[in-house]
Amino acid sequence: MIGLDIAFWVLAIVGIIAALAVVLLSDVFRAALSLVVCFLAVAGIYITLSADFLAAVQVLIYVGAISVLIILAIMLTREVQRGSPSNRLRIPAFLVAILFLGGMAFAMLNTTWQVSVAPPLEPTTSALAGLLFGEGGFILPVEIAAILLLAAILGAIVLVREK
Amino acid sequence: MLANYGYIGLLLVVAIFFAVTTLLLPLFLRFIHIVPHKPNPIKSSTYECGMETIGKAWVQFNFRYYFYALMFIALDVLVVFLYPWAVELRKLGLFGFIGMLVFTFIIVVGYIYAWRKKVLEWK
Amino acid sequence: MSIFNPSLNLFNCYLEALPPDWPGGFWLHLGLFVVIILAFVLAMIMGFIWFERRGIGRFQVRLGPNRVGPFGLLQPVADAIKILIKEDIIPAKGDKWVHWLAPVVAFVPALMIFAVVPFQDGALLADLNIGILYVVAISSVSVVGIFMAGWGSNNKFSLIGAMRTVAQAVSYEIPVVLSIIGVVLIAGSLSMNEIVKAQSIPFILLQPLGFLIYFIGACAEINRTPFDLLEAESEIVAGYHTEYSGMKFALFYLVEYTEVLAVSAIITTLFLGGWRGPVLPPVLWFLIKVVAVFFLIFWVRSTIPRIRVDQLMAFAWKCLLPLALINLFITGIEVVVLPEALPWTIIFLNLAIMAVLIVLWSKFFRLGGGRVEV
Repeated sequence: MIGLDIAFWVLAIVGIIAALAVVLLSDVFRAALSLVVCFLAVAGIYITLSADFLAAVQVLIYVGAISVLIILAIMLTREVQRGSPSNRLRIPAFLVAILFLGGMAFAMLNTTWQVSVAPPLEPTTSALAGLLFGEGGFILPVEIAAILLLAAILGAIVLVREK
Repeated sequence: MLANYGYIGLLLVVAIFFAVTTLLLPLFLRFIHIVPHKPNPIKSSTYECGMETIGKAWVQFNFRYYFYALMFIALDVLVVFLYPWAVELRKLGLFGFIGMLVFTFIIVVGYIYAWRKKVLEWK
Repeated sequence: MSIFNPSLNLFNCYLEALPPDWPGGFWLHLGLFVVIILAFVLAMIMGFIWFERRGIGRFQVRLGPNRVGPFGLLQPVADAIKILIKEDIIPAKGDKWVHWLAPVVAFVPALMIFAVVPFQDGALLADLNIGILYVVAISSVSVVGIFMAGWGSNNKFSLIGAMRTVAQAVSYEIPVVLSIIGVVLIAGSLSMNEIVKAQSIPFILLQPLGFLIYFIGACAEINRTPFDLLEAESEIVAGYHTEYSGMKFALFYLVEYTEVLAVSAIITTLFLGGWRGPVLPPVLWFLIKVVAVFFLIFWVRSTIPRIRVDQLMAFAWKCLLPLALINLFITGIEVVVLPEALPWTIIFLNLAIMAVLIVLWSKFFRLGGGRVEV
């Protein structure tokens, strides 16, 4: 499938360049915009894996909500353009990152990946609904996720009231 | 299914091409002297109704914007769970309905608390 | 290279899942619908601009543009030519790249929405299984473009306008999406084409409250007049596009109308039965309904004055959000408990519930009058 290959490589390259830009750009706002591009590329990769619902959620939550939150957080910082100047820990941080990257690459290349031969599900949402809310599904983890969200809201309230 | 997303991806390319071409058109017209290009320091200074600009525009903003964004993220995640639930509710029946009711109730507790504590007020 | 070899098998599976007309028909379909979408959007926007200016002229007991062409019909064309030959001013202190890219980032998602709007049965670019979720997701990207415009200009008015846009989009998104889910509950599908097919009765009758919430919330999300605080002329000049001129300004203007057109098309599809209708051909029904919704939107614009920022936020969080939640669960109960009930019973029940809820909320909760520190 040549089209899918092209899509994968384009998305992967765009994603990696954007991710590098997030780290290397010193202007924090431009770094945040690169992060948005990176999120979009990841959504595209989900689509090449036939996970359309996940891709839409990626765009909705990460591009639509998290990036807005990040941009607002930038507005709360004082020296935006100077960004985060590098400090004495530059070289140790670089070494740790290289080690981590090496470990990840090693693990990925040495895993025998289990690839499903079943064709991808046509409407993914129905299967998801059955698993999340059906009897004998994952209803308890879903409710626990709700408590996590409640904790997030309460945290936000505490942050605002502290004045 | 993937053919459909092929359409979406190619439409994205066309849309970007269209927008960028629209923006490049005046540059071309400037090249053949139809669009004027006479910048001067006053013209390209920041527009503030004729006043001299004081300080930078990139200043610290009200924290309240951040609170609304946090509330929004929590509710947005709730909404993501609602989509598959809404599609399949007929098959899920009462069990699925009550499951979602409890799920929403837990989050709405936080919302009601925010309302009671008057943090939803815009100040 | 052990990662990539097994995936080739997976790709062969995809090949079987594709429709048989993938190679030739794919490009034909793509070319046809890209042309249709671009022509539809540009032609409708030209028409809308003329219609709105003439219409608002009538609302304000004046004539509106009537010099260029018959009935002023060529006014949008004249505007387009004028704006094309204007000088392009970039603020010296701004972030040049962000300033340049902002209109593109705002425009692209607005255009992408039309990929899933059905003009007729099956006549759409891509009939996605997650159609309406795609619309919600893609339209949330436009905010980033508007914020880029505010930031790249390095102008206080622009930035305040952009911040207001973010606050507004964040607040009105949730009620809008909850009312969409009410429709999904009844239709039992996220695909736009399936939603239209499910409407033997237009969903505006089954979801009257959902329609109201969607209409108000969508007007706020696309910043139409009762909610256009981000470009409030009396406060912040022109908001986020204060520093824009020439073609870049034109692109923002285009974005505004593209979003209005998108909202009209989505309301038509979700609530008014899309292309369905007697006698006339489906495409014509679709266009009639889109224009009718647009008329409603600018009627609201010429009737209701702009609201204040604290009222704006309170209205979203304390009025629309609880009503949307209640509406959602009442619809859920109807779907689970009364799946076989007669449509007319449900219609009257829902209208009654809507009336009770709106009266109750207007007693229980008031938007503060008087002076407020902003």
